[in-house]
Amino acid sequence: MVGINFAVEVEDLVKTFGDFVAVHRIRLQVRKGEIFGFLGPNGAGKSTTIRMLCGLLMPTSGKGRVAGYDLLLEPERIKRVIGYMSQKFSLYEDLTVIENLHFFGGIYGLKGSVLKERERQVLEKIGLKEISDRLTRTLSVGLKQRLALGCAILHQPEILFLDEPTAGVDPLSRREFWSFIQEMSTQGVTSFVSTHYMDEAEYCNRLALIYKGRIIAMGSPTDLKIKTLSHGVLEVECEPLMGSLHLLKEKPWILEVAIFGNSLHVIGKEGIALEQEISDLFQTHRILLHRMEWVRPSLEDIFVSLIEGERN
Amino acid sequence: MFHRVRFLFFKELIQVFRDPRLRMTLIFPPLFQLIIFGYAANLDVQHVPIAVRDLDQSVESRDLISRFGSSKYFEIVAYPEGPNDIEALVKKGKITFSIEVPSGFAKKIKKGETAAIQILVDGTESNTALIALGYVSRILSEYSNQVIFNRLNLEGMGRFEEVGVEVEHRIWFNPNLESRYFYVPGVIASIAFLIPIILTAQAIVREREIGTLEQIMVTPIRPWELILGKTLPFAMIGFLDIILIAFIGVFWFKIPFRGNPFILLLGSLLFLMSSVGIGLFISTICSTQQQAQISTFFFVMPAFILSGFAFPLENMPQWLQYLTYLSPLRYFLIIIRGIFLKGIGLSFLWPHMKALAILGGGMITLSSMRFQKRLK
Repeated sequence: MVGINFAVEVEDLVKTFGDFVAVHRIRLQVRKGEIFGFLGPNGAGKSTTIRMLCGLLMPTSGKGRVAGYDLLLEPERIKRVIGYMSQKFSLYEDLTVIENLHFFGGIYGLKGSVLKERERQVLEKIGLKEISDRLTRTLSVGLKQRLALGCAILHQPEILFLDEPTAGVDPLSRREFWSFIQEMSTQGVTSFVSTHYMDEAEYCNRLALIYKGRIIAMGSPTDLKIKTLSHGVLEVECEPLMGSLHLLKEKPWILEVAIFGNSLHVIGKEGIALEQEISDLFQTHRILLHRMEWVRPSLEDIFVSLIEGERN
Repeated sequence: MFHRVRFLFFKELIQVFRDPRLRMTLIFPPLFQLIIFGYAANLDVQHVPIAVRDLDQSVESRDLISRFGSSKYFEIVAYPEGPNDIEALVKKGKITFSIEVPSGFAKKIKKGETAAIQILVDGTESNTALIALGYVSRILSEYSNQVIFNRLNLEGMGRFEEVGVEVEHRIWFNPNLESRYFYVPGVIASIAFLIPIILTAQAIVREREIGTLEQIMVTPIRPWELILGKTLPFAMIGFLDIILIAFIGVFWFKIPFRGNPFILLLGSLLFLMSSVGIGLFISTICSTQQQAQISTFFFVMPAFILSGFAFPLENMPQWLQYLTYLSPLRYFLIIIRGIFLKGIGLSFLWPHMKALAILGGGMITLSSMRFQKRLK
């Protein structure tokens, strides 16, 4: 394996806890400076994978490199060049903003004037300069998230591992957070982000979908849309919604149907005249059809269909 | 090299002193214990309430009873009419024991026969009862000596009064046998035991609970730096507590300090290794602060009981006595009492210091190994 162009590169990574296989033979490559999204439902193995990549968990088997260092042999070297932010925003609530930064900076080995300078820069960057003496306990979730990120970038890591960094954060803070990640990316910092917000996946350069410990799809958002649902999604607005949902679910020519806002997103099997079938069906069942139109699949459609495909 | 340890060290101190609850833990329980043991804990048995029933009503019986009445150990609080009254008094806890002089007591003595009296003891508080009984038999033997001498006098053999063995005792180190001399150094040891255990275990488990331990673990920190940074601050707090309480003990409670303070400090350092070692160990078997509190209790209670803090080790069954060797508190109590009261030096205390070093070193090594495993 040549690790020069890849920030993260793993092969056949496995982690088992007793009989439970949390991560099964994962294989992925993340380019330097890329924003790599790691998607999947809760319990799919996202956190376990990230923890292995950070050197927090020893893989059961497999091999890999992070920032050019061997995952199994050089975890301590890896730790020096990565930043990690967990979904819990692990901060000391009883310390002030600046004390948290100071502590983590010190633990990362920064000292003296270098540490002071970095603290200043980071405070500026995350916009907490004015409230640097406030106790962390008193901050809103959005501000805590920024501080946690600040603590993770003090030592100027090459790679950021962000484990559901936006969980429980308001939409505005989420957007700010992502623009921040994008800015880091332009400076060459790689971000490995796990999330289960589908809209966030659109911010990523590339995505991997993990389900039950396996990667079931990987590629750029556009790639995935083209590859997975080439024949498109039919958006159907009708009444009653739930009744139609159950009705459609039982039809053999339906691949997937799901509620999307106040309408249904319907995916048919290949070679089916979907519009015709639906209007016929609705007519016989006296379902009111308001609107029917082909739409570009969203990532949510894609993942729902991929996961459904796995289940069957 | 100690760069990271220093950051952890100061962070822990900030957290301890910022938390009002923890701050209180450092100051009030030690003072409270000191006051309790300095003033209240008194094993001396005095003013034991007793009841007297004199069925003889003779000069002799009154003489015997007055010996109880005038003793500082006893206080006659009731003169019951019959056996039922006595029973009621014992059940209510009004008296510790009753004396009954049967009728014919004086007649028997005058005839030169053995006269009996009956004593009924409430054994609920076995220790008090035992000590009180000791005083009773002393009074009774003095009385019967008197009877024998009177008798000998009567027979014209008065010079025998000079015969007999008299005990002349001298008590070293604590001539007035004051309980607080015994307890106050013990309180110092118990505080120095408890506080570092609680603080260390809580500090680590709390970080595990809120996830910051994981956050620290992804930094390049080495395990020994983490362990040192997480134990040193609490060992230091324990050390300061020892000095503080020792000062209060000497200057307020007037406990004599006869030995070398530096030997005490050396012993304290060795002892604190065990305390933080146990705290560290508890943190490796618990994942919540609540569990840590309960586990602390389970570790600390036996260590106390098996230490000689309150219960004499010599009275324990042999197999239990072997277990006491595992309690670090046992050695430190010997050291601290030895230095305070006896003023003995290293040559006497060396074996105990060695035991503390071995126990503390072992505990820390074991816990550190377990601690590292938990990370993986």
